[in-house]
Order: sequence, then C-alpha cells, then structure tokens
Amino acid sequence: MPGFFARLKRHFFIFFAVLGPGFITAVVDNDSGGIYTYSQAGARWGYLPLWTLLPITIALIVTQEMCSRMGAVTGKGLSDLIREEFGLRITFGIMLLLILANLTNIAAEFAGVATSLDLFGVSKYISVPLAAILVWFLAVKGNYASVEKIFLFACVIYLTYIIAGFMVKPDWKEAAIYSVSPKLMLDKGYITMLIAMVGTTIAPWMQFYLQSAVVEKGITPKEYRESRIEVIVGCIMTSVIAFFIIVACAGAYRDKPTDIQSASDAALALKPFGEYAFRLFSAGLLNASIFAACILPLSTAYSVCEGLGFESGVNKTWSEAPIFYWLYTLLIVVGAGVVILPRFPLVQMILLSQVLNGMLLPFILIFMILLINKQALMKEWINPRAYNVVAWVTVVVVIGMTLALTGISLRET
Amino acid sequence: MCKHASPGQAEALTLVWGRQLANGMTAETTFNHIFFTELLGMPVYDLKHRRIGRVKDAALVPLIHPSRIDRFLVSAGGSWLSIRYDQIASISLADGIQLSNERLYPYHSDEYMLRMQRDLLDQQIIDVNGRKVVRVNDVTLEVKRDERDSLLIHEIDVGLRSIFRRLVQGVMPALWIRALQEPIQPNSIRWDFCNIVEADPLRRLRLNISHERLELMHPADLADIVEELGPAEREAIIGTLDSEVAAEALSEIDPKMQANILENLEPDVAAGIVEEMSPDQAADALGQMEDETTEDIFDEMESGEDEEVRELLEYDEDTAGGMMNTEAILLSAETTLDEALKCLRDHEDLLESTHVLFLTGPDGKVTGAVPLARLFLAEGSTRLGELATDRLIATKPAEKKNRVAELFDKYNLLALPVLEADGTLAGVITADDIITVLRKK
Repeated sequence: MPGFFARLKRHFFIFFAVLGPGFITAVVDNDSGGIYTYSQAGARWGYLPLWTLLPITIALIVTQEMCSRMGAVTGKGLSDLIREEFGLRITFGIMLLLILANLTNIAAEFAGVATSLDLFGVSKYISVPLAAILVWFLAVKGNYASVEKIFLFACVIYLTYIIAGFMVKPDWKEAAIYSVSPKLMLDKGYITMLIAMVGTTIAPWMQFYLQSAVVEKGITPKEYRESRIEVIVGCIMTSVIAFFIIVACAGAYRDKPTDIQSASDAALALKPFGEYAFRLFSAGLLNASIFAACILPLSTAYSVCEGLGFESGVNKTWSEAPIFYWLYTLLIVVGAGVVILPRFPLVQMILLSQVLNGMLLPFILIFMILLINKQALMKEWINPRAYNVVAWVTVVVVIGMTLALTGISLRET
Repeated sequence: MCKHASPGQAEALTLVWGRQLANGMTAETTFNHIFFTELLGMPVYDLKHRRIGRVKDAALVPLIHPSRIDRFLVSAGGSWLSIRYDQIASISLADGIQLSNERLYPYHSDEYMLRMQRDLLDQQIIDVNGRKVVRVNDVTLEVKRDERDSLLIHEIDVGLRSIFRRLVQGVMPALWIRALQEPIQPNSIRWDFCNIVEADPLRRLRLNISHERLELMHPADLADIVEELGPAEREAIIGTLDSEVAAEALSEIDPKMQANILENLEPDVAAGIVEEMSPDQAADALGQMEDETTEDIFDEMESGEDEEVRELLEYDEDTAGGMMNTEAILLSAETTLDEALKCLRDHEDLLESTHVLFLTGPDGKVTGAVPLARLFLAEGSTRLGELATDRLIATKPAEKKNRVAELFDKYNLLALPVLEADGTLAGVITADDIITVLRKK
C-alpha cells in the first residue's frame, strides 16, 4: 500500500512538473464563460458551430504563442511593452478596455459561482459574497500558489464532458462533417454566438496573463522551445474540451434546440451521469469559476499598474501600492456586487461578457502584432509571415463579424 | 534657486501667463518650472518672430552637462532642426521659444544625446533614494533665467498627477491643465536620485551613465530592483557593478534568475562575480546552468577558487551537502584564546558569516563547537576545548533539507557542522540558509 501511494504521489508530481504558464492559461480558458458559451452553442445550434473550433484553435495557438514568445524574448509584460512602445495615451485607452472587459468577465465568474451553487439551493446572496471574500484573501494573503494546484487538479472534472460526449451516442459522422464544413448565416443569434466563441476561447485577458506568467517564470529564449510545446498542447486541450461540451449539449438538446437559461439547462449535457449530473456540473463550474476569479482581478490589477507605472504586487503593503490594492479590491467588489443585484440575468450576463471579449480582442491583437514585428524589440524572434497572416485574418474576421452584428441590430430596430 | 535678471530683461525672460486664459483674465503668473509635456509642441520663433516650427523632442548631452537641456529638436517643414541651448533667448508658455541666433543645423541622429521623448518618457528608471523601479510619466524642468532662458531637469514625475497631465496634454490650454491638476498629489523623484538603465555598453559610455549610485544601496534592495527589470537591463547592471557588490546583490536573487544573468555575461565577468560569492551560493547558481557554461566560468576563475564550488556542486541540492558552505574557521582544541583571536583577525573576511568556531582533534576529526560570544568572557590563556558546548550537534552531507531545519529548530542552532563519514568537516550550514529553506515552502 505505501508503494501505491508513493507511486501516486510521484505521478501527481510529474503531472505538475510539466505544468507551466501555457497549460494553466489553457485550463483557466474554460471558465464559466467558456462552459456556458460552448453549452449554449451546442444546445441552440447543435453540431453547426463545430466547424469554428479548427480555425479558432489555430488562431488561439498563434496568439498564445506570440505572447509567450514576447515574454520570453523581452522579459517584459504585454502592458509594459505597449507602454514603452506606444506611449501613455494608447496604454491608458487599452487599460480602460481591459478593465471593462475583465470586469464583465469577473462578474461572469461570480455569476458562475452563483449558478453552480444555486443547483444545491444555496442562495447567491450567500455564495457570491463568500466567494468574493475567499478570492480576495487567497491572493492578498499569498497562499494562492498552494491552492492553485488543487484548482488545476479539480479540472479533471472536465473529463466528464468527454465521457458524456460519448455516452449521448452522437452521430459521429454528422459531427465530423459539421466540423469541417463552415456555415455562415447572417443571423443575429448565430453571429453573436460566433463572436462569443472567439471571445471566450481567445480572451483578451489571457494574452496579458500568459505573457506575465512567462516573464514571472523566467523563461528565456533558450528554454522557449519546450514552453511552446506546452502552449500548443494546452490550446488543443482547450478546444478538445470545447468540442465535447458542444457535442454533449447538442446530444442533450437534439430534439428541441433551446437557449440555455440556467445552470440546470447547461447541466443537462451531463445527464448520462444520471443523478450525479447536476453535482458534477456544479462542482466543475464552481471550481472553474473560482479558479478564474482568483486569476482575473489579480492579473488585471498587475497589468494596469505595470502599464501605468504604479507600484504593484501582493508582497507590497496597502500603503506602498494603494492603487494596485484599490483596483484589485474594486474589481472584486463591483464584479461580485452586480451579480447579487436582485433579478440579475446571470446566464445572459455570462454569455454577453464573452461577446464583449470577442469584440475587444482585435484591438489587443493589433498591438500584439505591431509589437512582435519590431526588429529592435524581438531581434531574430520577430513573427514569421504565416503567424502574421493568421493574426491579421483573425483581426479582420472578428471586426467583420462585429460590424455585421451591429449592422443587423441596427436594421432590426 | 535661480538668479533674478535685471528689471529691464525681466519682461522678456519671465514665463508669462495670461494670453491663453479663455475668460480674458490678464493674470500674470511667473513660473519657474515647466513640464516636458508643455515643452512638446511649443512653437519656435526666429528673430523676425516668424514661426519656424514646433518642438518635437529635447535632449541632454550628459558628457557636457548632467541636467541641462542642451538641444531642442524642432520639426520645420518635414525635416528636423537641432537648436542648441545657447541659441535661445526666451522660453515662455504663452509665447513659445524665441531664438537669439538663426544658424540652425539639421538634426542628425546623435549618439551622445539622451532624448527625453524617445529615451526617457514611458521608460523605466531606478529611483535610488526610494529604492524602486519607476516609470517616467513626465519631466519637470526648472527654468533658469540668466542672460538667456535655459532649462534644467529638476524632477522625474511619476504617479497620478503626471498621468493626468499626459492624458489631457494638447486637449486643453496648459494653464487649465495646471489648475486642474492642482488637487492631485504630486509624486516626483529628484533627478539626482534617478539612475537610467541602459543595456548597450557603448551607449552607456557615450551617455556617461554610471552605476556608482547603485553600489551605495543595500545589496538586498539592489536585488529587488534587478529582479523587476528586463533581462537585458539586469545583465547590464550586474555586469557593470563592482564584482563584490554584484556578488552580494546576486546572492539575494532567485537562483534560476542568477543563473540566467550569469550565463549571459562574458565568462570572465561572470567568473569575477562567482569568485566573490560564498561557495554555497555560487554552487546554487552554477547548479542551475548547463555544464558547458559552468565549465567556461570555471576556466576563467583563478585556480583554487573553483575547487570548493566544484565539490559543492557534487551534492544534491535538497540535502545538507547542497545547503552547506565550505567556508568555516577550524581550530585545534588546544589553541589558546589569544591565538584564536589572532587567527580571527587574520581571517577578517570570514567573520561576517561566522557565528561558531569549530574545534578539531589531532586526527582532524571535529570535536566541538565554540559560539563566538563565549570568547569575550574567557581569559586569554584559556584553551578553546574548555569553552566548547557540552555536546556537538552535527549532521552528514546526505541528510535531507527538512531534517536539517528540524535540527536547527530543536537545538536552537546558529550553525550546524556537516561531517564526512570519517568525522572531518565537510561544511557548515548557517541559520540564514534555513530561513531561505523555510521561506520557499
């Protein structure tokens, strides 16, 4: 028996040894926004959205790779680089956008906490404030690092989606055909869904978080090759889980496509697990939400303070880094605060936050492309042409979709 | 602070406000400072008061003067002109820059210039006094009124007030900005306390940037600063500091980062620093590197200096062998106190990290330990053996880190000898090594 535990412990350690910034970012990518967006896509549109996963994965790999490369080569965070190369005004504008996008994301995470515990009958007036306090203390009191591994390990709950995806006995032939045949429709709901899919998978905050994490870990250009593999594996894993969430939801709602309105709607995807479906869904969503809620406000506060040149860091005191702490605290308080407003449309709010992510992504991406093509900054590590093509196509497509959505909305009114 | 010009000149030379006041007030306020954001875009007039262009940048030439704005770079019809400070008659927020000399030359990139906009604004500099890295939002220039107006860098502005100023610069008249920013607390660093970080050694020379002021800081503070900078700047600082200071600062940095820095320095510079580090810390840093790089550094080290580090590298990081230091004071148990004190005086460099003396028997085995404090109370003729602690607590090189920490806790140790199987001294672990272990948990 001790031998067994020793072995288990060893496997556990190997599992975490390979974990770097790229992997963690990929896992956090499937936060409450991700789960609901993919669930909604499958429940409402069946297998139809599956084709988007391939191009989104390619764009995700390219953007994440660009960030980690910039981090490794320059040793500086994304907001630092934007500030040094584009000056204060542009930095300020981008930081405002980032705060706006991330605030809605943080609210989405707390909404995820609210909906997941709601399945057990815990009122959001209790669950959300408790989660907010927990998150605040975890980061500020510095014991986040030790808890991170628990969050990461708990993410194996996502595997249930893969099992559920098989158990609903999907029409694999149909799913395979839809995975490679793009369908475009000038339908408001469909385009909104597409933007949200892009936004939730390639979220703006991830670019800032990943690059800072690469810098923090002290990855050098020399060690960068291994780091790149990890980034690519992480991205593919994110998309595989997204694929199975969509397939599982498409299977659950095969007969009557529905808009996801509540956590119990989304939990239906796991119905092959019978009476455990709700518990599994709830546990997975709660873990993902709190995990992301720990990372998002902190990463936002760091990015903003670094870009604007304020003192930052949880190792500083409140009086040494007042703006950092105030921003961090406000993000949590406001994010959690809006969620506990009575009759707040939780699920719609989560979905909308991902649409906003998608709409803001091109702005961040444009600056990333400009930065990574600067010879003086990146030396021999500037972007290869293929990367630029993918990145620019992503920018153009997302802006195009946003314009199309605006156009349709304006015509309808 | 600044000399007052004679009454006749004063009118032309003072910075006069008023004309730009939208409400028609004719308040005349004299300012003795001007912000770089206000200087940017300021019109420049020739002797016949024709506008020739606007200020695009301003530069110091640190080899000539450490704080005076020596050149004004002005865009005039598509090309840039370079105006020297002594070609200017007056500088005023209301009236712009008035020239006294019209022999202007086109600007060509000059490596001796530290350009405010390009090289200083938005970049990181070190606040030596506040011991931190800050980002430059704006620069406060002092207006010096002699026979001509000249500008001296007074302070580097950081914080909210300067951010506000930058954001609204050009959007509203400068006077409004000055009035609106009033309630915001200023946050500035005196230019004397600023240290610019330049990664390119040639440019560092041309710009007359030295790191002397950094050497006066506490190594631990310096280490914090170095950790905050980018890799190129880190290497620049560590590589140019005096190797003893560099070694002390480096010892306070995370071993992986230490290795990254040392790897990128020239092997002879790195070797100079490694020699100054204590052997256990040098081994920690070198242990993180590729063997090839380690060998390059060893090759550059003076013969003998590398032996101890090489030995330490053999031990596993997580054991007593990996934690211990090989520098220790070892004396025969028969030594008298007077002889011991003489010996200590001869090894002054070891004293800082020594809390305990170790005693050996005739066969070289460690027999006892004498806390340094006991030496003060004993007679000069006392033999060290009589001063030794009752029981010698020791460990072996293969002992696990955690177990070593437990020993320190249990026996309240300051230093713990690590003994080879034959009882001879392999090294010493000190309490500060234990604190590092505990902090990392």
